[in-house]
Amino acid sequence: MKASVVIFPGSNCDHDVIYALEHVIKAHVQKVWHREKNLPEKTDLVVLPGGFSYGDYLRTGAMAARSPIMGSIKEFAEDGGLVLGICNGFQILTEAGLLPGTLLANKNLRFICKLCYLKVERTDLPFTNLYKQAQVVQFPIAHHEGLYYLPSKELEELEKNNQVVFRYVSPEGKCGEEYNPNGSLHDIAGITNLKGNVLGLMPHPERASEEILGGTDGILTWQSIEAWIAKEGV
Amino acid sequence: MIFHVKILIYLKDGVLDSQGKAVAGSLASMGYKNLRDVRIGRYIQLSINAQSVEEARKQAESMCDDLLVNSLIEDFSITVEE
Amino acid sequence: MEFLHGNLSKPGLQRKVSDMDYRTAGLRREEYEELKKVLGREPNETELRIMGVMWSEHCSYKSTKHLLRNFPTKGEYVVLGPGENAGVVNIGEGWGVAFKAESHNHPSAVAPYQGAATGVGGIIRDILALGARPVASMDGLFFGDPDNPRTRTLANGIVEGIGGYGNAVGVPTVGGKTLYDSCYTDNPLVNAFNLGLVRLDSLVSSQTAKPGLRVLILGSKTGRDGIAGAAFASAELSDDTKSSRPSIQIGDPFAEKLLIEACLELRDKGLIVSMQDMGAAGITSSSSEIAAKSGVGMILHFDKVLLREEGMTPWEIALSESQERMLLIVEPKDKEEVEVVAKKWELDCTDIGETVLGDQYTIMWGSEVVAEMPASLIGERCPSISWPSRRPENLENRWEFHIEELPLPNNFNTAILDLLGTPSLGDKKWIYQQYDQMVQTNTVQGPGAPVSVVRVKGTERLVAMVMDSDPWKCYLDPYRGGAESVAKTIRALTVAGALPLGLTDCLNFPSPEVPEQYWELEQVIKGMADCCRELECPVVSGNVSLYNESSSQRIYPTPVIGTVGVIDSYSSYLPSGQWQEGDILFLVGALTPPLSGSQYVLQTAGKVSGRPLPFVPEAEKDFCDRALQTAREGLARSGRAIAGGGLAIALAKEAIESGIGAAIACSYPTRGDVFLFGEGSPRAIYAVPSSKVDQFLSTWKGFPIMELGAVGGKDLTCKNLFHISVSALRQRWEGK
Repeated sequence: MKASVVIFPGSNCDHDVIYALEHVIKAHVQKVWHREKNLPEKTDLVVLPGGFSYGDYLRTGAMAARSPIMGSIKEFAEDGGLVLGICNGFQILTEAGLLPGTLLANKNLRFICKLCYLKVERTDLPFTNLYKQAQVVQFPIAHHEGLYYLPSKELEELEKNNQVVFRYVSPEGKCGEEYNPNGSLHDIAGITNLKGNVLGLMPHPERASEEILGGTDGILTWQSIEAWIAKEGV
Repeated sequence: MIFHVKILIYLKDGVLDSQGKAVAGSLASMGYKNLRDVRIGRYIQLSINAQSVEEARKQAESMCDDLLVNSLIEDFSITVEE
Repeated sequence: MEFLHGNLSKPGLQRKVSDMDYRTAGLRREEYEELKKVLGREPNETELRIMGVMWSEHCSYKSTKHLLRNFPTKGEYVVLGPGENAGVVNIGEGWGVAFKAESHNHPSAVAPYQGAATGVGGIIRDILALGARPVASMDGLFFGDPDNPRTRTLANGIVEGIGGYGNAVGVPTVGGKTLYDSCYTDNPLVNAFNLGLVRLDSLVSSQTAKPGLRVLILGSKTGRDGIAGAAFASAELSDDTKSSRPSIQIGDPFAEKLLIEACLELRDKGLIVSMQDMGAAGITSSSSEIAAKSGVGMILHFDKVLLREEGMTPWEIALSESQERMLLIVEPKDKEEVEVVAKKWELDCTDIGETVLGDQYTIMWGSEVVAEMPASLIGERCPSISWPSRRPENLENRWEFHIEELPLPNNFNTAILDLLGTPSLGDKKWIYQQYDQMVQTNTVQGPGAPVSVVRVKGTERLVAMVMDSDPWKCYLDPYRGGAESVAKTIRALTVAGALPLGLTDCLNFPSPEVPEQYWELEQVIKGMADCCRELECPVVSGNVSLYNESSSQRIYPTPVIGTVGVIDSYSSYLPSGQWQEGDILFLVGALTPPLSGSQYVLQTAGKVSGRPLPFVPEAEKDFCDRALQTAREGLARSGRAIAGGGLAIALAKEAIESGIGAAIACSYPTRGDVFLFGEGSPRAIYAVPSSKVDQFLSTWKGFPIMELGAVGGKDLTCKNLFHISVSALRQRWEGK
């Protein structure tokens, strides 16, 4: 499987995602600098990693979303290519219009880094097909702007279309204010677009992909993608 | 000519403003009992080379649409001075 | 962007120094005389201002460098010792770790967010200057009276600043130490530690410059940030700190991230001959240091420096502490390629001069020579100051501790819970959850544990690190306290299965000009040095921060130790908080160390008194060997060295982390409070699976050891002494 990991000035988690892709599913990974106009040929998966692109200046993800490479990524997504945005990557996808909504500052106005329980609500997607429906997994979060926001009408539409993929929950899978770390509306941690080929999530699956680091629930994300690509072909 | 453009960016009604809420709380505990609400926005200052006020304004609006403003959650106003 | 112009035309720039008092520049008479002697003439104003900062305490270490020579600095694993940007130790398989700690106390007291943020940024650049990738940060934070609202404001600002910078720059904060005492109320301490990974064959040195190379500035433009900040750091804080604000440096973690990636790319391409971070006294200190260490001269053209502010004079450019800048020495043939890399990362890169034969350090402005001094004079030849030293008359008073006068607690449950809930010993999640602890996906054990551990990708090895201090024992008996502070870190590492390789230190002290306080400084260093020597853990880098006092309050002697060790593989790592039902609990080490200088007496009686235990090298070495063996052979499931709060707190923390209780059933030959809360000497508690007990006992044969009881149930109990549920322990510890 060929993955392209896009690197913006200030991206931090590119190294982490590349390591996870290479070690968990032995993907062939290419680094793509934000200034390039075109994605590498035969890319199966585009990953926008976490970090602080452009220092989070102006609005998080705002300037990265206007990078030269974004044109090619939008086309790739239009054609049904798989795009995964993690944390800052999710923020960039909303700024680029590839996913609805926006990420506001955490409700307590502080950066939060800790493990969270998430319920997997869509298991028919390229990114989640190896998870069980309603499975509760643990991924770490690490962000200052993770409060997912969409005006109420659009939010209802989003729920109606089952676009919510990950939701913050208790270890038993129940929603509640005390399990929502950042005040995200409807406890939303990750969403997909209507076509289901673009996924954005605030938690970090690449940080939960090795036993030695304390959690392995992220492994299924990479394996799901690999299985999907293998099945669907290019 | 150089025009000085002042852009005020503010949150649309209904958008969560955690920062504004925190500031309102601080002001209230400092004794400002008559404060009803606080909404916090952004101020951007541009120096633009243009032939006229209208041209400078048009350029600034374009910049707002392209980058400076997130129209999902923000509105803006522009004043142009020579 | 317009090119901002500097200012040479300011009237009287080159006026004779007799118009300007050397004292205004910050020099003492002896220093001024020495300067004249070496130059063979009077210095001009620019030279005087530069020397005033370079020979300040903060830059020159004039009060302490002869004391620091007491530290052992060489060792089997030491690759680079003190005097470089950071120390480097060999962890095997061709890898080295570079590490250092630095204080940013005075700026953090005035502007907590930026003071802390720029502290983090500065130490990261020291690591980067060796060609190492910064992979882990820790912070030693010392705050004042927790009930003082100013403490809360300072603490919040400092934590926000550390997180704001560290998170954005992509370096995880994996541990640290946060302690509270009222002596820090006006003088908080912020000691930033950073550790980086480097292939030993890619190490960049500051000693390898030759004549005929180009001198480049890479990074942000130069402004007036922190002008004379170094001299400012050496002055006691005035009561009116608001007027001090202009000297504060502002950090830009985004620029730093770009700088890190650019410098490492340059290193990978082999384009860097030598590199130096620009810290205190910016361009001048970094460039003169490379010159002096490499034995070359330099000619620098300050009119070429890219400026952020109008009308900067040469001395302002020389001393500016604008952040996120690195000084590079490169071969002329490589300059173009360096500029291509700089452009990719959108960083300014300016050629400001060259290295030359000889020892002269020359600053030019156009064709005019603005300053000219020997490079070695600037960085190295500041005359040492031996302040008078006097043993405090009241030292024996500090040792007075009449245990009969200390009432036993009515209720040991309450006593334990109260101690557990104190800010120093309580849960620090409110701090470290504001830090990204996991970026770079190397963190095996993050904050909240006795030691922090990161893995080294591509190897089996783990690097362990810990920060600790014991200011109370240092106040009571500086020699013993200094040794104990070092020993605490080494005990923690060996219990975890890490072989200590070296340490860095931040010596935070009040004014050295008070003889009793200078004596304390001497004694702490002696105690530290003896412990380092005996336990074979050399000092590879360090930092000194003096004058931490205000008109009303001085800080306790606070040496902060950052010790680094290596664990062979994950199977040799012994974590804490892993109790399981049925495990047998053992206490190894002295059964009843005293309450002298303990957290318990501090919290209950509000006093710091008693004499700490003496440093016993044989016992410490013996402990370390057996602890390492225990971890390496997998003889225990969970281990924790006993530190602040004594046995009771160690048991409580283990129970909370493990989520299970224990029944302590041993007898103890002393008062209950001494048994539970006594501190000092090498001690640890281990939870041993029943199948390993025989081997464990054999490993610890000949060392004081006591079987405490067994793990199990929902409560932590000790018959007739205390009985507390684990959930009550956790609630109190979490401050609920």
